[in-house]
Amino acid sequence: MTALTLLVPLALGFGLLALLGFVWTLRSGQYEDLDGAASRILFDDLPRKEPRR
Amino acid sequence: MTALPATLEPAEPGLSAAGCAHCGAPVAPGAGRFCCTGCEGAHALIAGLGLEAFYRRRETASGELRPADAPPAIRFATHARPERGGEEHSLDLMVSGLTCGACVWLLEQALAAEPDVLRARAGLSTRRLSITWRGPAERADALAALVARLGFHVVPWSPACLRAAEDAEGQALLRALGIAAFGSMNVMLVSVAVWVGTDMGEGTRSLMHWLAALIALPTVLVAGMPFYRSAWSAIRAGRVNMDFAISLGVLATTAMSLSETLRNGPYTWFDGATALLAVLLAGRVLDRGARRRVRQVCAELLALQSGEVALLTSTGETRTVPVESIHPGDRLLIAAGERLRLDGVLESGEALLDTSASTGESLPRRFAADAPLPAGAVNMGSAFVLRVTAAAKDGSLAAMARLLEQAEQARGRYVSIADRAARLYVPVVHTVAAATFLGWWLGVGVSWQEALVPAVAALIITCPCALAIAVPAVQVVAVGSLFRRGVLVTSPTALERLAACDHAVLDKTGTLTMGRPELLPDPSRPPEALAAAAALAANSRHPLARALARACPVPAAPGVEEIPGQGLRHGAARLGSAAFCGVEAPEESLILWFREGPDAAPVAFRFADRLRPDAAEAVAALHRLGLSTELLSGDGAPAVAEAAQATGIGSWQARVTPEDKAERIRALCAEGKRPLMLGDGINDAAALSLAHASASPAGATDLAQSAADLVLQAEGLSALPAAVATARRAQQAARQNIGFSLAYNVVAVPAAMLGLATPLIAALVMASSSIIVILNALRVSREARP
Repeated sequence: MTALTLLVPLALGFGLLALLGFVWTLRSGQYEDLDGAASRILFDDLPRKEPRR
Repeated sequence: MTALPATLEPAEPGLSAAGCAHCGAPVAPGAGRFCCTGCEGAHALIAGLGLEAFYRRRETASGELRPADAPPAIRFATHARPERGGEEHSLDLMVSGLTCGACVWLLEQALAAEPDVLRARAGLSTRRLSITWRGPAERADALAALVARLGFHVVPWSPACLRAAEDAEGQALLRALGIAAFGSMNVMLVSVAVWVGTDMGEGTRSLMHWLAALIALPTVLVAGMPFYRSAWSAIRAGRVNMDFAISLGVLATTAMSLSETLRNGPYTWFDGATALLAVLLAGRVLDRGARRRVRQVCAELLALQSGEVALLTSTGETRTVPVESIHPGDRLLIAAGERLRLDGVLESGEALLDTSASTGESLPRRFAADAPLPAGAVNMGSAFVLRVTAAAKDGSLAAMARLLEQAEQARGRYVSIADRAARLYVPVVHTVAAATFLGWWLGVGVSWQEALVPAVAALIITCPCALAIAVPAVQVVAVGSLFRRGVLVTSPTALERLAACDHAVLDKTGTLTMGRPELLPDPSRPPEALAAAAALAANSRHPLARALARACPVPAAPGVEEIPGQGLRHGAARLGSAAFCGVEAPEESLILWFREGPDAAPVAFRFADRLRPDAAEAVAALHRLGLSTELLSGDGAPAVAEAAQATGIGSWQARVTPEDKAERIRALCAEGKRPLMLGDGINDAAALSLAHASASPAGATDLAQSAADLVLQAEGLSALPAAVATARRAQQAARQNIGFSLAYNVVAVPAAMLGLATPLIAALVMASSSIIVILNALRVSREARP
């Protein structure tokens, strides 16, 4: 029983953390351009011609 | 891009030697590496930025990235939004032609290379490009022109695009799915412990039940909201739908489980309730995703058509303004090749208009001064001044759009097969559940809490699961498979209605035909004259000149002078009307004359609106599918008869008005036929919205596109019979799925009623039936491939 009182809240806490992470990705619009994200990683960025001021 | 080669390979892989080095369109042998000066400029621009890697990665169709002849005539600066107190500005653009990852990369890198651009981000699925730069709003025009020079068509991001892209309901569904998935997995963790823990003490089991309840109750409340809302609105309208069955099943299961938790029964059923929600929400999210893609492409097609007009001010200057801001009495300059967006009269002189979109006539018509001009017509002659008689919201196009909305609502009352199944299923299942409860409680004499268990088990095991995803799964697969073949399915019930169609009504101009003039082949014409004439024609926006340039893509000759309404002059060479070239010939509307010099023999280039190459094949395919066909056209009898004969359509009618077309569709419906209407023009819109199902081909007017259930994006008509075949297969699969879920119940329900079902058995039944239904749906896409 003592193991349960520790492990069950721990498991639930991890799960809840993942759920919060999912809600955050949803809020920050990461599911809006799934096709673009898939192909974007294949390309390198050019070095900028001049450094950002 | 550190690994970028320093030199550009002469021939990019994937392009034939005769393909334009920028857009990939075929180039006449010996004409160089580029099909036009626009492409040459775009290539130089890309090479100058060091972005040639684009050509190795791009996956665009050949010719798609050819830059337009003229920069976009839209004032983008008025659409720029000031940020940080006017120090920075940002602009959202809808980019057509943004079809591959390489295009996204090219756009972002090309814009980032501009020193004042702070951010540039393009979305591949939304086609939206957001640019933020430091500096005045006027930079917007230059930045948009840069994008246009690369070969992309840009228009300001319109509210319609925004509506299609921003999907609050989809976001809510996705969030509900996340919560349901979290809840069901964690409840399952606890439930499995109860299932296998046969030696578990009563106290531990009670703890497990309470733990499951703690997770499941908020999950069921929050994640089930989409279903409860839909069920509630259906009940208020006096109907029952599938969502009502789902809501009742989930809520009853939760309530029964709570009662079992309170009395510490052997099992709780929280896992079934949450897993059901998760599976159904996953189906909804996929369904919505497929529709969202279709909506975005439709919005893109419409945004490309909604443009701005050139307003003539009292001082004689022109200003580009949105169509909505035009009042009656305003004077507009209509350029060659421009489509009239407003009703008006011709102020002076003469105009040559292609009225095929509003009447179906294939030959351009001449209009005299003060004649009322039909909105939707295309200017085939020189530029003229239009005096507007009605604002956009009061004009004939708006009136037509309102009619279409009414027809759309009528069509919304169509009852889909899923809802028909639900209407039969819901009362039966609920009666069975009530009978089980009463039977155990009063008949066998157990406590009401115990009697509740088999009753609710019957409710949840009858699997609204399989039945609820039986049809959506098929829809997702069929809509996705058609999308990949360039057919946009715009209405949720379109496939069902399309599958039932038994008679096809086709329009001629723009539907069976290309809807634009094409150069007719002429063996007697010297081939070098074509190239020489095309080099001149490439400088003009006149529809016939553009058709000539399309027929023979060569770089535009420099220093060509255009005399509006007459023709083009380059040194001694002339291209234009018979009078302009000094030829003794009757004036015809679809002919261009070319003369190398005053002494050279004149060469005639004749044009016609040709049949689409696959029109006859598509009609034959419709016949093979058992659809009878007929042709209705506003054009004259000889042209219609010829088209009917060439395509193998048996019955035809010429000189048909838009009202006649609508009337014919009504008559067909009254006869008990289910007509499929295929049309592209404003004159077809009413008939399209009245037909049992409707489709419009590539390049249709925006009104026709918004009236149609299907938009064929690919050039050609062969996608239509393919869509009918797919719709029929989808309908068959949907029926099989519904039949299967009902058959499942015949076995499962008696077991549940006898109290033999445990949550473990219910979980297995639900999962296996859902998987079978989904696999059956996937067959629709597999068979659709040739």
